[in-house]
Amino acid sequence: MLDVLIIGSGGAGLTAALAAKEMSTVEGVGLGNASILVVGKAYPTNSQTSMAQGGINAALGNVEEDHISSHIADTIKSARGLCDEDMVRQMCADAPKTIQWLESIGVPFSRLDNGKAGVETIAQRQMGGASAKRACYAQDYTGLKILHTLYDTCLKEDIDFLDEHYLLNLITEKTSTDTIIKGATFLDIRTGEVKQINAKSVILATGGYGSLYHGYTTNAYGSTGDGVAAVLRAGGAVSDMEFIQFHPTALKHSSILISESARGEGGYLVNSEGERFVDELKPRDEVARAIFEQFQTDKEVFLDVRHLGEEKLMELLPQEVALCKLHEHVDPAIELIPIKPVAHYSMGGIDVDYALEVNGIKGCFAVGECSNAKVHGANRLGGNSLLEITAFGKFAGENAYKHAVYASNKEPDDTQLLHDKKEIETLYTKENSINFYEQREALGKLFYEKVGIVRDNKNLTKAMEEVIVMQVMAKKMGLSDKSPTNNTNLIEYLEFQNALLLAPTIISSAIARDESRGAHYKVGFEIQNDEKFKQHIVLQWKD
Amino acid sequence: MKITILRSETNTHQTYSLKNKETTLLNALTHIKATQDATLTFSAGCRASVCGTCAVRVNGKEQLSCAYKLKDGDVIEPLQYHPILRDLKVDKNKAKETLLKSTAWLQDFREASLTHKDEKLTETQTDCILCDSCYSACPVYAVNPDFLGPFALTRAYRYSTDKREGNTKAIIDNIQTNGVWDCTLCGECTAVCPKGIDPKMDITMLRGDSVTHGYSDPNFATQNFGTPDFGFDPNAGF
Repeated sequence: MLDVLIIGSGGAGLTAALAAKEMSTVEGVGLGNASILVVGKAYPTNSQTSMAQGGINAALGNVEEDHISSHIADTIKSARGLCDEDMVRQMCADAPKTIQWLESIGVPFSRLDNGKAGVETIAQRQMGGASAKRACYAQDYTGLKILHTLYDTCLKEDIDFLDEHYLLNLITEKTSTDTIIKGATFLDIRTGEVKQINAKSVILATGGYGSLYHGYTTNAYGSTGDGVAAVLRAGGAVSDMEFIQFHPTALKHSSILISESARGEGGYLVNSEGERFVDELKPRDEVARAIFEQFQTDKEVFLDVRHLGEEKLMELLPQEVALCKLHEHVDPAIELIPIKPVAHYSMGGIDVDYALEVNGIKGCFAVGECSNAKVHGANRLGGNSLLEITAFGKFAGENAYKHAVYASNKEPDDTQLLHDKKEIETLYTKENSINFYEQREALGKLFYEKVGIVRDNKNLTKAMEEVIVMQVMAKKMGLSDKSPTNNTNLIEYLEFQNALLLAPTIISSAIARDESRGAHYKVGFEIQNDEKFKQHIVLQWKD
Repeated sequence: MKITILRSETNTHQTYSLKNKETTLLNALTHIKATQDATLTFSAGCRASVCGTCAVRVNGKEQLSCAYKLKDGDVIEPLQYHPILRDLKVDKNKAKETLLKSTAWLQDFREASLTHKDEKLTETQTDCILCDSCYSACPVYAVNPDFLGPFALTRAYRYSTDKREGNTKAIIDNIQTNGVWDCTLCGECTAVCPKGIDPKMDITMLRGDSVTHGYSDPNFATQNFGTPDFGFDPNAGF
């Protein structure tokens, strides 16, 4: 039985693994020789973390005056009253030492020429909604470079990995008062075998559910909310599911992200008539809505970075320049970049307490985009997600290890394993008269149009009806590929089942919230109604 | 347009027809899987050239599926020197072990004064997405499957030149066997890197650093300074 099982091998999972390992060697706490395993559905460096571009916030004040209190204030303001201020305080206060730790493992940050040493040399840039230049960065590859440095450090620290294992379900045991984590079941993608891994503590670091907006998201294909869905099935709670951030600037035709740092560095947004129509450095929800209004009047919107000049663009945004040329045939140094806002980040997710322990499942922790630690509230600030996965990744790893020290090492039975084996077996003979790939497209479009940037109850209700129809149709969706091994058709089917499970939680929360707050904007209820709605909508299945 | 893809089950090339419009290879693969043939198996992630998941070979040259614009008649095959799991999906575990063997990480941190110029020293090397294109293109693997290879050596170089590294020697020590001297400096890795990294140059630099640390080219030694035929033979003449 493992001490700590970490599910998900992105930045949050890797940080948690390193922290759990370190905690196990702390005198008076750790018992040494902790067994820690990181399980992922792909390889560690394939994760969504690699796509984070702009930066990681910490009030270091390297470029201009800044204070942790300002970072806290900006984060709370952007969250529109829906964050837990203590969690925000913890994350922001931990930020400088998190950067110090990243510096110590070798993250290749961009640097200033100020003759100083250590973290004081790290360059910082402006992001939307920030009152100072606060985002530490590594060109526009911040997430990639943090992720790979974390991976290198995991190899150094001898962390065990199990790649290409897809999470099926959490294994829990019920006592008269609690539901307790005992491990999880996985599908070994290569062999097709269903496996059970027992653990005293489990950390979910499985990422967000932005891929529900298939075709209208900056997210990787794999951001399908597998962990969030598993928690729901196991009886745990999810919250704030309706809060999905739309990033203002994705490429118009491919939905590929153009970092907020493009605006932070001085880029403008202009419409077809060449007019600027919004302060580009407002938080993402406001900028996305301003762009949507332009679309409503049949105007196109472009990102204009031409005035920055080719040299500065190649220095600060080399990745963006290459992506624009490849996917839009546009050279940002001399042409306008056509953009649209698309789904980018799930603020909501697995409901966790102050220790990041999942509400409803003892010994199970959740961290990163899959969790709702209530630091982003109704709208996340750029630069706070990389901070969350590292600062709270460490916190989750430490807490999970501490839990493992006290948890019972009584092995669970194989009820869940047998159940899941049977489920997978049944899929191979299930009717397959409706192609789920078509429904995946349809669901993405439905969500973008009816559960998108600007919502109204009529369209939300219609979306709910269509999702229910789709759930009924799911009885006729199955596998076209009957191979037992390396069956990616099967994995995509399971991912889509998770999307169908999560879709109603998002819509029903959005319907219930008759107000506008941050990323959730509803026509007919344009005002923030604190009296009725300054609270989290928490969902949990009851037996 | 028509493209052909090497299918592992039959070990034959299968032809697929697509509309004549501009598309990335990844979009085409996704489209084929969704509408024509759900058994076609490949790996993909971010669509934006940064997650390193989707590298394959097109007409014999390594490409990221998400960044390659398809042309009529293209032939798509999996990466070389990786066990093929199914169609274009390969097992990358062995390739990743080279990172472990070359101990490509920061050994001993010491605080340093870093400048913009220092950042530039390894900016390109740290753009590596571990897509394994260079590993697939490297001809050394045809003769030495234990070669540390381009991406691991580039990563070793990246840490060895980091001003924060307090023990460069440890890295240099660990890239001698099946490492820097086994490279033929052919430059195939450099030619295929989607991120414009130049492992050949990095390996050349590491050779220089190895010499500084007292190592020498073992090939050179055996070719030119074989066992001397003069000197003292304890068994001779007695």
